Amino acid sequence: MWTKLTKAIAHFQIPADWIGIRVVKETSATHNVRDGLPQANGKSLTIGAMVEVLVHGCLGYAATNSLELSALQAAAETAYQQALAASEWFIFPFRESERPKVVGEYNSPLLEPLDTLNPGEINNLLVQICHSLKVDPKIVQTTASVNTSERENWFISSNGSEVYQKFTFVGTNYGAIAQDGAIVQQRTNNGSHAHFYQGGWELFKQDELWQQVEQIGVQAVELLTAQECPTTRTNLILAPDQMMLQIHESIGHPLEIDRILGDERNYAGGSFVNQSDFGQLVYGSEKLNITFDPSVPGEFASYSFDDTGAVATKEYLIQEGVLKRGLGSLESQARAGIPGVACARASSWNRPAIDRMGNLNLEPGTTTFEEIIGGIEHGVYMESNRSWSIDDRRYKFQFGCEYAKLIEEGKFTQVLRNPNYRATTPEFWHSLIQVGDAANWQMYGTPYCGKGEPNQAIWVGHGSPVCAFADIEVFGGGRTEEF
Amino acid sequence: MSSPITHYQLPMNIEEVSALENSFNQVTQTLISKKREDEQFTLRLNGERSQFTRFNHAQVRQTGCVADGWMQISLMRDQQCSFRQVPLTGDWEQDWQVAFAALEELRDELPLLPIDPYLILPSGNNSSREVNSGKLLAPAAVVPTVLELVKELDFTGLYAGGVVVKAYSDSCGSNHWFATNSFTLDYSLFTTCEQAVKGILAGSEWHESAYRAKINADKKLLKLLARPPKELPRGQYKTYFAPDAVASLLHMLSWGGIGESDIQQGNSALALLSRQEKQLSPQFSLKENFQQGLVPRFNELGEMVALDLPLIERGMLVNTLVNSRTAKEYGKLSNGANNTESLQVPEVIPGKLTSEQILPSLDTGLYVSNLHYLNWSDRPTGRITGMTRYACFWVENGEIVAPIENLRFDESLYRFWGDNLIDFTTFQEFIPEVGTYESRQLGGSLVPGMLVADFTYTL
Repeated sequence: MWTKLTKAIAHFQIPADWIGIRVVKETSATHNVRDGLPQANGKSLTIGAMVEVLVHGCLGYAATNSLELSALQAAAETAYQQALAASEWFIFPFRESERPKVVGEYNSPLLEPLDTLNPGEINNLLVQICHSLKVDPKIVQTTASVNTSERENWFISSNGSEVYQKFTFVGTNYGAIAQDGAIVQQRTNNGSHAHFYQGGWELFKQDELWQQVEQIGVQAVELLTAQECPTTRTNLILAPDQMMLQIHESIGHPLEIDRILGDERNYAGGSFVNQSDFGQLVYGSEKLNITFDPSVPGEFASYSFDDTGAVATKEYLIQEGVLKRGLGSLESQARAGIPGVACARASSWNRPAIDRMGNLNLEPGTTTFEEIIGGIEHGVYMESNRSWSIDDRRYKFQFGCEYAKLIEEGKFTQVLRNPNYRATTPEFWHSLIQVGDAANWQMYGTPYCGKGEPNQAIWVGHGSPVCAFADIEVFGGGRTEEF
Repeated sequence: MSSPITHYQLPMNIEEVSALENSFNQVTQTLISKKREDEQFTLRLNGERSQFTRFNHAQVRQTGCVADGWMQISLMRDQQCSFRQVPLTGDWEQDWQVAFAALEELRDELPLLPIDPYLILPSGNNSSREVNSGKLLAPAAVVPTVLELVKELDFTGLYAGGVVVKAYSDSCGSNHWFATNSFTLDYSLFTTCEQAVKGILAGSEWHESAYRAKINADKKLLKLLARPPKELPRGQYKTYFAPDAVASLLHMLSWGGIGESDIQQGNSALALLSRQEKQLSPQFSLKENFQQGLVPRFNELGEMVALDLPLIERGMLVNTLVNSRTAKEYGKLSNGANNTESLQVPEVIPGKLTSEQILPSLDTGLYVSNLHYLNWSDRPTGRITGMTRYACFWVENGEIVAPIENLRFDESLYRFWGDNLIDFTTFQEFIPEVGTYESRQLGGSLVPGMLVADFTYTL
């Protein structure tokens, strides 16, 4: 590949100030079983090149799914023409410093390679999971799926960059729906499509798999006769699998500098955070510490370099509650004058890089899970995201979970169904009263973070311990007249 | 990197896409000739040659072109099935090489897979060919044409234009080809207070006059949006939803709503309607309308969909979306739905509320132009939460008073399309699909505006 790309760069007849080629080759496999019967089996291969040129401060791009020299040359010419046509109207005069020279390599950690299980063995496991989920006749649907992917990235540029990164991803998803008349309840493994990591089959065949599967089925049935979550203001305790969504929506997105600069206002939205807030704004309580950390082994969005060649390092975005740094690429940092991170990422070869989250983690505190629950006089503990909605400035949100428990006088007293909560982002993070210790820190990942025009879905990872929040509005399902 | 370019042409006209058609047809014929007697296959294609130009603050943020295409081969034998999706470039030799490798892999894999009792084999031999040529802006003309008119405004958005191709063939001889040359300009105009108005232009021809008229109309709305915004307490308000907002609510029915498999598997918000435990207002009627030719009429199995399929008539569920697989599993009749049983070109039947009557009929309440980030908050009871967005106003005594600070709603469709539905408008608007995840999407919704009593806002 390097020979082909080096030759292409040398052959381009383009009067550009900088040229880069980013090739992505990705083979992804899907295996999907419902009620013990196969729904989908197959593999997808995508391969192509994104050619990007810098002309008098303007960036233009062209992407092609052919790696023939003539196709790459045509793409370079198209990219050049695109940059030229926009030159009088371009938003910022970018320089080569936004595409620094970088050389290096990254490989996902991997114990059991993806070719060590064949499709028949994978399907057998998924069928077995479906059977194990059906713990009761009231289970009306069981699902089990696994997605794997091998993705290779090559990045080469006219100023000498050569980066190779190889990612191996495994994601599992299983769940059960229980029904009794008009009452329907769903339980999954930590929320829909939350178990995505870097690694191999060791992530699937874990010791606790069968215990988790059975618990999902049991809890789906348990929810049918559970009490509705009460409508009240109380202490809210969130498990790490719901903290994933909470961090993502109400910290990750509002801190994206391209949103703050207005790039996303027509689609994903802007932000309640302003450029002048960095270094000043008290985002939450002193217990809040948020890091951008692409170095966590096995976390879904770990990498060494972003898609423009910036070197990826761990950075604090929020430290002891104070906003320090944004999620902004070298381009966004140059435009906004705000410190950022290496987060210019593209969903594939056919999309340009934009500011994305990567791994965004809440750092652990010192309180054990038992101490957190034991210290709650009244509250609701919620697990596993079911519903999510937040406004375009990432201010007013409402989230729902699959499973909850009532806490009274420091003890779990009963299971609750249809748990939801709503708040505004600043109010919520200022209400953070307890952060669990490293023993209950868990990481999750999802491939479905959507953003950008043209749209891009990208993979992100989030780790967090259990956290407790004071005086939050919680409520249940059903009627909507109460507000 | 020294000499300037003198000859250049973007690969975006529909004639150039004929290379893809030739390669697709050659792959089909060769697969038929290589197919073993006990094997069946389907072949699908998705391709595009698109320009994407992204704007912010009436300037260009990113601009580029994408030439992409893939084919998906599904091989079936002895009630076992698997697929391979591989690139389709238009270069026959390259394309056949990857297609043949995929075929060999599939032959090795099939015996390992479990039996699929509901597998649908290709059975028809129908064919269709539809090519919609367009007259789009030249690639280099997009930026100045779009921006010159709005250079004094805070304009943001995306121009997406070019050719989209979808095709299908199979081992029984079915063959469908659909190509369309079209564009969308999806934009927002902002005031200095971050209030905004949303606009979408779409079609197969760029009309400067239409763009100018739309921007001029938007400027009038921007004046209204410049008034100090009103912050409303949570509560229930009479609300007028403009067609774009209605389309957002309607879109939820494609996600655990109108699909038969979702109803059968306990995953549908319309299960109560299906069991006739609830009903909607007799003013609410919904159908799929393929007559506009915006999307291919063939589905992933090469089946042709009826031009007109009623789904909800006068508040009663008369059809769900049923694909052949669901039909086989649950003993239903297929109506040619796609593999996700989602709406593609839905139409809500208009009502009796004229545009002049909207504000007087609303009297005092909310005028909601757009909604944002909808999700089920309690799917079995049809409860949806989401946000108001863009040009939304507080109305008193039939007069627009002020824009509002955005509100969160949480409301059941059994209320706003049920007893609380006052009326739909006499006019409909086409709300085009502007999504570009993985590739440019086609289709859209034809919907009226609607007036609803006591809509619940919670934050």
